[in-house]
Amino acid sequence: MSKVTKNNKSDKEIKQSAVSASPTSIDLNSYVHEAEELPYQKDPTTLSPAAKKRMSDVGVVVGDTTTRAGTYIQVDQSVVHSKAEQDGVEVMGTNMALEAYPWLKDYWWKLVNPEADEFTRHSNTHPFKGYYIHVAAGVKATYPVQSCLYIAKHGLAQNVHNLVIVEEGAELNIITGCTVAPTEDDSLHIGVSEFYIKKGGKLSFTMIHNWAPKMAVRPRTGVIIEEDGVFLSNYICLKPVHTLQMYPAAKCVGKNALVRFNSVLVATPGSHLDVGSRVLLQAEKTRAEIVARTISTGGTIISRGFLSGQVPDCKGHLECRGLILNETGTIHAIPELEGTVAGVDLSHEAAVGKIAEEEIEYLMARGLSRDQAVSTIVRGFLSVDIEGLPPDLAAQIQRATDLSQQDAM
Amino acid sequence: MLEVENLSVKVGQKQILENVSFTVDIGETLVLFGPNGGGKTTLLMALMGFPRYQVTGGRIIYKGEDITHMPVDERSKKGIGILFQRPPVVRGVKMRDMVKACIGEKKECPSLEELAQKSNMTDFLDRDVNYGFSGGEVKRSELLQLLAQDPDLVLLDEPDSGVDLVNIVLVGNMINELLHKDKIRSRTSSGLIITHTGHILDYVEADRACILLNGGIWCRGTPREILNSIKANGYEGCAACQK
Repeated sequence: MSKVTKNNKSDKEIKQSAVSASPTSIDLNSYVHEAEELPYQKDPTTLSPAAKKRMSDVGVVVGDTTTRAGTYIQVDQSVVHSKAEQDGVEVMGTNMALEAYPWLKDYWWKLVNPEADEFTRHSNTHPFKGYYIHVAAGVKATYPVQSCLYIAKHGLAQNVHNLVIVEEGAELNIITGCTVAPTEDDSLHIGVSEFYIKKGGKLSFTMIHNWAPKMAVRPRTGVIIEEDGVFLSNYICLKPVHTLQMYPAAKCVGKNALVRFNSVLVATPGSHLDVGSRVLLQAEKTRAEIVARTISTGGTIISRGFLSGQVPDCKGHLECRGLILNETGTIHAIPELEGTVAGVDLSHEAAVGKIAEEEIEYLMARGLSRDQAVSTIVRGFLSVDIEGLPPDLAAQIQRATDLSQQDAM
Repeated sequence: MLEVENLSVKVGQKQILENVSFTVDIGETLVLFGPNGGGKTTLLMALMGFPRYQVTGGRIIYKGEDITHMPVDERSKKGIGILFQRPPVVRGVKMRDMVKACIGEKKECPSLEELAQKSNMTDFLDRDVNYGFSGGEVKRSELLQLLAQDPDLVLLDEPDSGVDLVNIVLVGNMINELLHKDKIRSRTSSGLIITHTGHILDYVEADRACILLNGGIWCRGTPREILNSIKANGYEGCAACQK
């Protein structure tokens, strides 16, 4: 077991210190905060071919009603399509959901502190849209729900607030893709997300980011997992982005709750990614695994991880592995463990370096050229084995990785 | 098949091999005995062309062509294959993909599944290359890759080290297949086997043997007589004979 530190910081203090640690500041006043209302599309295939192509690159297949349990598409500040395809699954804009279901106020801004930083404050005080996805108790969604958050307006500060509730014993997979129109764009995406996984519920959440070289991105996410609940998060960001900072926090509050965060990140020259995952283990027999695979081809990655064991008989492991493939790249791994009682079992491993020459030569001895050997090893490095991931989502991740690998190399 | 002429090799600043000469004929298997630290692995690594092993003199002729300064992958493509004594773990790369890469463009080759079955590696195809493998599993993994490559000249670095009695029979069978031992007149595959203990010779028939000691070749003979001499006098006996 690795070193365990004593620390009496509250959740809130930790959240705030992580946010202020980002060196890339953003002037909120330099963005526009309103966008024209776009018409709702009953048939989303009427969207432009260019937009559909961008959406497809992040795993959102527009018009697919047979292998999706539902679809949500937001362009700028408009919900242009939202529809559920399975009984027991609801998909709609959060603004509509809050009007329809007053009880949702008990879920709103409860897992993310609206006062945490300037972005949460901004989000709380400006018009927002976002997806509301609800799965009724005991319902197991056969196919994933897909969602796309798309920015088309130049210079927009897109304000998104999402809410996902997986009721007791329900199961759901979500694929969410965030992307911009295929132009040079310097917009800002603020995305607040609150995920509730009730007793025995299971949520697989796969998020693919595909931004642009001048984009600024600030997701703020809180997750709560009750007894026997499972939360699997897979985050993929392989394309250029000017600055991206996020540190989602999951709390395991019920016995046997399980969390896995997998992140696969590539920082191209000019990209600054400050990304981590945080898990608080607050009930017995809770487990957490955080795995980050990062590659710098010239950009900067700060790869954070924080595991806090707050009760006896909880277990967590954190793994940060980074490859620097270009002389100007930087990867800064910051794995943190905090145990506040005896009987916790927390460990981490972190490694940052280049591809071992021995591995390249081994593959060359089998007849691969040097380039082929490097590309095989990088591809393997990026393909995280994700336990419990449905084949459809696994294929989606592999596809995104394959698409991006050529750009990364 | 292979002619090594006055080969001298250094690793870093240290001269390991000096004026080593020997040949391996087409269809022949040569065994190279030697104590640990005698330069056996260095010789195989230099024959395969790994840059860390610098050739400071002499030549390597393979199928009539001077390959002394040819890169590793080209040697592999020309039909030289190597079994590593301690291959690296390649995290993320699956055995299945590695074997596919070894099969390459070849058309007349048994399927990946057949090869895996032969080497008792079917359950390992979706595991990372060499990750968490036992001694015997590492050898089977190496031999599976080599069977997929089907090289004309096979360099085997201690195929019997760390292998238990159950696995050594399988390892022996696979080496025999790799060296086409079922053929006699039409055999074209050649082998160079390094062994410290000679255990593998209970399972694989070799034609000639020699001893590599203190960076040079000593004592040439049949595998049995050389092995008997080592058993009787130890490598110390060879060293004394050298003087």
